[in-house]
Amino acid sequence: MNDAPPAPRATEPVAAAAPPRPSLSELFVAYALISLYGFGGVLAWSRRMMVEERRWLTPEQFNEAYALCSFLPGPNIVNFSVIFGSRVRGPLGGLVALVGLLGPPMLLIIIIGALYAHYGDLPALRRALIGVTAAAAGLIMSTVAKMALPLFRNRAVSGPVIALATFGAIGIAQWPLPIVLAVVLPISLALAWVRR
Amino acid sequence: MKDLGTLGTLAWFFALMSLFAIGGANSAVPEIHRFAVDVQHWMTDPQFSDIFGLAQLTPGPNVIVVTLIGYHVAGLAGALVATLAMCGPTCLLAFYVGRTFDRFRGASWQVALAGGLVPVTLGLTAASAVVVARAADDTWVAVGITVATALMTYWIRVNPLWIFAVAALLGLSGVV
Repeated sequence: MNDAPPAPRATEPVAAAAPPRPSLSELFVAYALISLYGFGGVLAWSRRMMVEERRWLTPEQFNEAYALCSFLPGPNIVNFSVIFGSRVRGPLGGLVALVGLLGPPMLLIIIIGALYAHYGDLPALRRALIGVTAAAAGLIMSTVAKMALPLFRNRAVSGPVIALATFGAIGIAQWPLPIVLAVVLPISLALAWVRR
Repeated sequence: MKDLGTLGTLAWFFALMSLFAIGGANSAVPEIHRFAVDVQHWMTDPQFSDIFGLAQLTPGPNVIVVTLIGYHVAGLAGALVATLAMCGPTCLLAFYVGRTFDRFRGASWQVALAGGLVPVTLGLTAASAVVVARAADDTWVAVGITVATALMTYWIRVNPLWIFAVAALLGLSGVV
């Protein structure tokens, strides 16, 4: 594998720094870390790893891949790992990212489950979990706020309006998800089509 | 053989459930609960909620609750079969959709699709944060933890693990 990229010719516009292409082992380690850090959901930790620490994806690229994965059946970040891994390293990359994400927590939960079966003290764990869940809610909030920045910096106002309407309908008014999606999704797609 | 029958049931059931898990594994939990407790009698209600609680306590994607259910039902083989069934088909789908998406990068249908899905997804994710907070924040201390975590992780480059450790200790001590 040739690691040194050819030097750009002077006539070529210097493209926004070519995206770094992680190796298989880097992929595995990154996804294993995401899963092991991932208390209270892995979305926040994936974004931190992919966008802020490793800089493998721009904020916009992350949002697009995450949006696509959210509308595919199956766990979002599991889908995300397959799509990102195979994008940078082919089918094997997808598999490696997937094993990195699922392997460590599978081992952990089987060990934890076995321990619990012998000497389970769930009340204590549950109390700790109450604190962690409260913190996890805050972490999701700051992650969403960071994810929304590119949308709000865009000149088009339709994006923020759609995002806020969806949030209000489900998060605040607590209307049923299928009905909200049936209304909001076609409008959002149509607006995006007109704007493209 | 009864064991093979159980593994087969785990396989088809979780493969079916994966298709319902749109927006995350947790959307399939009510149906998994109904099937595991009421239909198959694999476990009692308290056992199910303990398993769900343990999965929440374990770091990693929420989907690993399925691993523990499989383990409870049929040991290590059950854990593997349930997890593979829950993730395998949807991962294959994601692989092909991702490839198609990358092949047509820049096509106008794709720009429109991404541009339309992103704002809705952000709204949904923000709403899920509120739902989690509403469920978790029964006390003012819990609300304080949520707000402090949100502000700190937004403004400062602090590793959230430290905040989680403090929050876990606060919970353990019974202050929350």
